[in-house]
Amino acid sequence: MSKYDKLTTNAVGRTVPQVVNGKDAIPFMGVGKFKPTGRKYGPLITSCADFPDDGNKVVPSLKEALVRAGIADGMTISTHHHFRNGDLVGNQIFDAAAELGIKNLTWMPSASFECHAPMIKYLENGVIHHIEGSMNGALGKFTSEGNMAGLGVLRSHGGRYQAIQDGDVHIDIAVIAAPTADCFGNATGDRGPAACGLLGFALADSQYADKVVVVTDNLVPFPCVPWQIQGNYVDFVVVMDRIGIPEKIISGTTEITKSPDRLLLAEMTAQFCSETGIVHDGFSFQAGAGGTALSIGIYFAEMLRKQGMKARFARGGSNKYLVKMLEEGLVDFILDGQTFDLEGVRSMRENPGHLNTSPFTSYNYHGKGNFAQFVDVVILGATEVDVNFNANVVTHSDGYLLHGIGGWMNCLLSKCVILPIPLFRDRMPVIRDEVTTICGPGELIDVIVTERGIAINPLRTDLIEKMKGSSLPIKTIHELKAEAEKICGKPNKARLTDEVVAVIKWVDGTVIDSVFRVDK
Amino acid sequence: MDFVTDKLALIGNRGKGIRSDCHITLELTEKDGIQLELISKVEAMYGEAIRKLIHDILAFYDIQHARVLVEDSGALSPVMAARMEAAIRQLTGSEKEYLLPMLAENLYGTARDRNRFSRLYLPGNTPSLMINAGIHKPDGIILDLEDAVAPAKKYEARFLVRNALRNIDFYSAERMVRINQVPAGLADLDFLVPHNVNLVLVPKCESADQLRQVNEKINQLKSRNNVDRTIWLMPIIESALGVLKALEIAQSENVVAIAIGLEDYTADLGTRRTQEGTESFFARSMVVNACKAAGIQAIDSVFSDVADMEALKETVIRSKALGFDGMGCIHPRQIRVIHENYAPDAAEIEKAMKIVNAFIQASAKGLGVVSLGTKMIDPPVVKRAQKLIDLAVTMGKLSADWHDEFLNL
Repeated sequence: MSKYDKLTTNAVGRTVPQVVNGKDAIPFMGVGKFKPTGRKYGPLITSCADFPDDGNKVVPSLKEALVRAGIADGMTISTHHHFRNGDLVGNQIFDAAAELGIKNLTWMPSASFECHAPMIKYLENGVIHHIEGSMNGALGKFTSEGNMAGLGVLRSHGGRYQAIQDGDVHIDIAVIAAPTADCFGNATGDRGPAACGLLGFALADSQYADKVVVVTDNLVPFPCVPWQIQGNYVDFVVVMDRIGIPEKIISGTTEITKSPDRLLLAEMTAQFCSETGIVHDGFSFQAGAGGTALSIGIYFAEMLRKQGMKARFARGGSNKYLVKMLEEGLVDFILDGQTFDLEGVRSMRENPGHLNTSPFTSYNYHGKGNFAQFVDVVILGATEVDVNFNANVVTHSDGYLLHGIGGWMNCLLSKCVILPIPLFRDRMPVIRDEVTTICGPGELIDVIVTERGIAINPLRTDLIEKMKGSSLPIKTIHELKAEAEKICGKPNKARLTDEVVAVIKWVDGTVIDSVFRVDK
Repeated sequence: MDFVTDKLALIGNRGKGIRSDCHITLELTEKDGIQLELISKVEAMYGEAIRKLIHDILAFYDIQHARVLVEDSGALSPVMAARMEAAIRQLTGSEKEYLLPMLAENLYGTARDRNRFSRLYLPGNTPSLMINAGIHKPDGIILDLEDAVAPAKKYEARFLVRNALRNIDFYSAERMVRINQVPAGLADLDFLVPHNVNLVLVPKCESADQLRQVNEKINQLKSRNNVDRTIWLMPIIESALGVLKALEIAQSENVVAIAIGLEDYTADLGTRRTQEGTESFFARSMVVNACKAAGIQAIDSVFSDVADMEALKETVIRSKALGFDGMGCIHPRQIRVIHENYAPDAAEIEKAMKIVNAFIQASAKGLGVVSLGTKMIDPPVVKRAQKLIDLAVTMGKLSADWHDEFLNL
């Protein structure tokens, strides 16, 4: 099986394969253009006769659970990233698979982290054929240099739910790491030594995978409540000494930035939202996990407090700053997709206004609407933006794949998308003639805020009109690009070969771009 | 890269946490041409441009044989050129300057009596802090060659500061440099005067004679380099002797402001700096009085707790009450607090509006004398009030058509 075949040009002018790891793939057709018909993927029918009468599904080890789940060559095994860089379970699955002599697995994490770098040895020795999820850090470098046997597939959080629901991906075995669980398989993330908040990323897997294994280090007597994951979906429960490292579960990007340059970006963004009337009584917002985005929340809070207004809801990733807003009454609800710190976990446990959501409710594009669509404003990051407002979030300007998509792509469908980004990072200009990889089509990206000027997408004539006469430096994207190049010099494009090493799936499952092997 | 001898120039910064800088290891050799190794995080985008720059600089100094290791963390061209030039000149003793074309935006001058509320200190050997300094809109930036540069780095910092003056846009902030203590600091001026420095800070100033030496050296360099514009001086008083000589310092030529440095001053007194500042009250008042007597600005010492904005605000309010016109800052976040609290307050604006209004009314009636109520107002008072109004308008504290609104009250 070749990694890919039938290259074509898609609706945003990118070269993409129509066959990916032996399966057909549809090139991106434009936002909202691809509408599949038919029925969703149907999971296996099971019978209580095949499960223990006493409800006790505990098996002695992860390896035994995998064997009893029928692990075999070529299967797809899924995991989730709610432990972020503190995950102790993912690597053990493939250690066990390697010991069992299994080959050619597809690993489908909802995201990968540096702690998953040991997977490289399994990608090298054939235990893992390829990754469908995200390829961060060392895994990204490995992929970019053309070392993975199969083609990498990157999806957004919503796209992952969509792919599972639509049957684009068939999961043979889902392994769900759960901070607290009972012997029946009911599981929750909001308590236990490895508490991480919620388990929403694992929802689709629990519903659709052939076999589901829950792994916990905190087994409680039935019932485990709340049952974020329902035991009725679960085949086996495994108890381990330790499933996650709490201090690493809390990700490093959840402190507000101390960088004066980034604070300035945050302040300009908040001022922009205020002057355009985006911040109003009853508005809604979502800010990513980065330091700049977090600081914008602080400025929003200040504005709301000063003007006696409040937000109706904020979409998480939650953190202590958002929790403070909730507790102060500056926002009615947090609709949380993942918790970034322990304050978020506590709040979710205690506060009825702090709600647990999943990629199904928030992001799935093949649903009957989703929450992200009607958020008033989202604040996101990007590695590059081009003069047509297309944005990149997965590769750097040198061509290397370094980040996953996360919920980024799904959030683009909201009412206003703002990217606060420095005009250049060290010597790397952020605004390019053409982004290295398109993850977001320009028509969905409304505003670029840099420390040297703000560019509004010409499609947003309403915002342009509202900002006339503003004291903020409104410039065109071409002016910003010229300004960066005057300072940094004109950059060369990344040196890439024409060999595809990964594809980027749009929220509807079509292929929006390819990642090409770097030429070392 | 292997080097043959131990006669190496090691210039710049490298390692963890270093950004927007580079480190050059240079060895001059007898044969084998130019051996260049480049390790750069921006290799893919700028590898060619970097190699070309390095080769151009070597050719400029007629160097045919050398080993060069460039470890680059994203240095802009003027930064890299400064590092490379310093390395070559350290080994060859050449006096030739390798200059990139000066930015046209950097040719502005500054007025003697412009606002100097805030001036942001930038360590003279740390390019990453210089590049975005201007976007925070301080009234002035200080490229510091003195205390913020380690002795071993003083040599290379001069090249970097010179190139920063030429090629980094500080977006209309007054371009200041703190030189080293006189007399050693006089040598720093060679790197500043021909490159449109607006103001020179003279540290640990204790006499008018030191300023005479600085002016003399500046004048020599100005005539040698055809520089017309006046280069302002801001002496820093940091000792008991300096405090007692404040008046002669304030009255020296080209001095537009005096700053006070309280860390060294309190050390000199053998006491400690406190929040209340009782120990420095005399010195601060002395400096303020000397400045006002000489018709120049008095600038207060920096506030060192960059996290405590409330305490900074209180300090600024006290400082303004003592008669200071501005203070130094060591973090961009301090700029706004400093501006807002040195800026005219509501009562001052109110009074100035009344005075300017009286002037406008009097002019309309063709009256030569302005009076407010029963009081006559002298022309300098009107001028000062107008200046205060202009300032309030630029700072957004007063609308540009305030006068119409004032009349409608």
